[in-house]
Amino acid sequence: MPTVPLRKMQKDQSGTITAVKVGGELGRRIRDMGIVPGTRITIMGRAPLFDPVAIRIMGGTLTLRNSEADYIEVEIASPEEKL
Amino acid sequence: MSPLTIALAGNPNAGKTTLFNTLTGARQHVGNYPGVTVEKKAGAYTFATGEEATIIDLPGTYSLTAYSVEEVVARDYLVQEKPDVVINITDASNLERNLYLSTQFLELGVPMVIALNMIDVAQDRGISLDAQRLSGLLKVPVIPIIARSGKGTPELMAAALDLAQKNAPWDPLYISYGEDVDLALQAMAQRINTAGFMTNSYAPRWLALKYLEGDSQIREKGRRADPVVDGELQEIVTKVGEHLLKTMETYPEAIIADHRYGYIKSVLRQEVITHKFDIDRLHASDRIDKVLTNRFMGPLIMLAVLLGLYKFTFTYSQLPVAWFAVFFDWLSGNLSTLLPDGHLKSMLISGVIHGMGGVLGFVPLIMFMFFGIAILEDSGYLARVAFMMDRVFRIFGLHGSSVMAYIVSGGIAGGCAVPGVMAARTLRSPRERLATLLTVSFMNCGAKLPVLALLTATFFSRSQAQLMFLLTLLAWGVALTAAKILRLTVLRGESTPFVMELPPYRFPTFQGLLIHTWERTWQYIKKAGTTILAISILIWAMMTFPGLPHSEEENFARQRQEVTASFTQTTEALHLKEKLAAIDTAQAGSALRHSIAGKIGTTMETVSWLPGFDWRTNIALVGGFAAKEVIVTTLGTAYSLGDTDPKNNASLSETLAKDPHWNPVVALALIVFVMFYAPCFVTVVCISKESGSWKWGLFSICFNTAFAFSLATLVYQGGQLLGLAG
Repeated sequence: MPTVPLRKMQKDQSGTITAVKVGGELGRRIRDMGIVPGTRITIMGRAPLFDPVAIRIMGGTLTLRNSEADYIEVEIASPEEKL
Repeated sequence: MSPLTIALAGNPNAGKTTLFNTLTGARQHVGNYPGVTVEKKAGAYTFATGEEATIIDLPGTYSLTAYSVEEVVARDYLVQEKPDVVINITDASNLERNLYLSTQFLELGVPMVIALNMIDVAQDRGISLDAQRLSGLLKVPVIPIIARSGKGTPELMAAALDLAQKNAPWDPLYISYGEDVDLALQAMAQRINTAGFMTNSYAPRWLALKYLEGDSQIREKGRRADPVVDGELQEIVTKVGEHLLKTMETYPEAIIADHRYGYIKSVLRQEVITHKFDIDRLHASDRIDKVLTNRFMGPLIMLAVLLGLYKFTFTYSQLPVAWFAVFFDWLSGNLSTLLPDGHLKSMLISGVIHGMGGVLGFVPLIMFMFFGIAILEDSGYLARVAFMMDRVFRIFGLHGSSVMAYIVSGGIAGGCAVPGVMAARTLRSPRERLATLLTVSFMNCGAKLPVLALLTATFFSRSQAQLMFLLTLLAWGVALTAAKILRLTVLRGESTPFVMELPPYRFPTFQGLLIHTWERTWQYIKKAGTTILAISILIWAMMTFPGLPHSEEENFARQRQEVTASFTQTTEALHLKEKLAAIDTAQAGSALRHSIAGKIGTTMETVSWLPGFDWRTNIALVGGFAAKEVIVTTLGTAYSLGDTDPKNNASLSETLAKDPHWNPVVALALIVFVMFYAPCFVTVVCISKESGSWKWGLFSICFNTAFAFSLATLVYQGGQLLGLAG
């Protein structure tokens, strides 16, 4: 399955995080909230102006700006696959 | 025996405050941690067995790094104050992420009890948890609770008491971070041990871990403690960092986070947690979000909710505000009959009572607003507002949550900057918060409206409504632009990451709402009350002293005598009264001109000719610093019109319309100036308190006044050039 940046994902699409390519404060915040490789995420939706994006991760909902989502790479799960 | 100390720690939205309220009830007080604006909440608790405890509600955090003030505060408290036991409250329906913080407490080694909160919600979501198994694996007590109803809290507190009384030494957990990091940790810990490097405050391995995580606060301390050891440790960190980047394209802190989550996953996988449904299943909260954050419906509903909050705050607080006003009128009325005429009476009435009235008059407004915001915040809706508005506010270097502060301050004309400034508390990012604090006062608050209404009615009567609407838009434009300017200059810097949780919708608890509201209101009364009393007496003194010269006073006295002498018939008594009143107001006007404020007003004419203001306007503007409502009243006194009712200013309007100095251009320049110059001092005090520094209060006075002056000058001089003054 292909890996794409989180920004490119569609609403209701799911996948598994493969890489978080950022350090520093942003990297720390992202990881603190559970966005680490190997974790499954689903796109819940986007704000009215298409940014930020809301994602479901570890049973909770988080929001990220698109510029922040750019650092996160996701391997898309095929629609019928259930992890 | 001194009471035990118990620290409550956990993620935001895990129900920490609810548990704190359940445990301590009304027995709590709020302070600040030294040097920062983070609230420090402490409360008293009595165990069933009679022991006393002090419970400290640490700020909610996701981690224990040094990135936010909250995290530093929480960490420093644990390391320095060494509480007897930590109660780590976790959201049972979101356990995996919540355990990330718990793992860090375990690594620190502090004695800890884990509370699995909202166990009922987790069950509804088909999550079953084996608390005993989890407890065995983590080697700490794990107690399921429902903080909202208090279920399980006796067991939780008994476990905490048990642990505290054991008084066991701290026992840090060692997690394996993979070969590269582990080896580095080992080398560093050894070096730390042999050098005795800060070992009396921190455990060696923990310290080494913080160095690897690039923790700025720890490094700063290390450099001061022993620059040589600090250098050596840093060298190891750099080497590992380079190695990891070369071989795996990653950072030490990323490896550490991954392994922590790995540890958590390995624990949970041992039959601790079982999901009955798919983890992505839509819950009630998600279904609500489908409507409330819908691309089209969402913004409309948000607008309605914000309008509702606004209406609620400003409509329902009207009655109590009026009661306060009646009370203070009654008080000053009584004082005025009881006390002899003179400076004491004048100071008590004009300085103390009007000053205190000005402050306390805001109290119902603030209570209502905080109550409304507490509902939005506790229910989880505020996070959605930030989510929807972020894209727009980010353009101006602000945060989605800034919208609330702007609206309350007068984004819909008629708000008030004081609660607006305090509403900025919901912002967690420091630069965005400061930019919001400093610009909300540009909005058209209720106190500016009488001035705007007077001037627009007098000089632009035909298009008053359109003009007022334009002025509201202007206020938004200026506030947002000013925020952008601030973020590009004095508050320059990267925007704080937006990564934010959208907590599930919850019904706020009534107790929580009341405590929330009262706490913030009381802080306002306490903080603002003292300073404002002093300043209002100062302003009173400026407008009273040194008073009329002796010759002038005699002059007025003679006029009175002459008038009284010329009226002999009793039938004309009414007429006489009127004449005497006219002399009184003339004297008041003259006295104002001779006061310090009057002198300042006259002196200011040397620059105020630029935007076209005369000394009368200047005095009014000086008085307006006390409260913007005062502008109209003072202008009335300066024009010797006697007491001018700000709501019924027909006579002042007529006077201004006839005065040759006034014309639409002057009026427009004044409108612009009043909208944007220094915030009233109640707001300044609040800005200072909320930003934690008087520097920012002073900054808002200077920045706003300079800005308003330039804009007003532009309007006046531009108008003159275009020949619109005619």
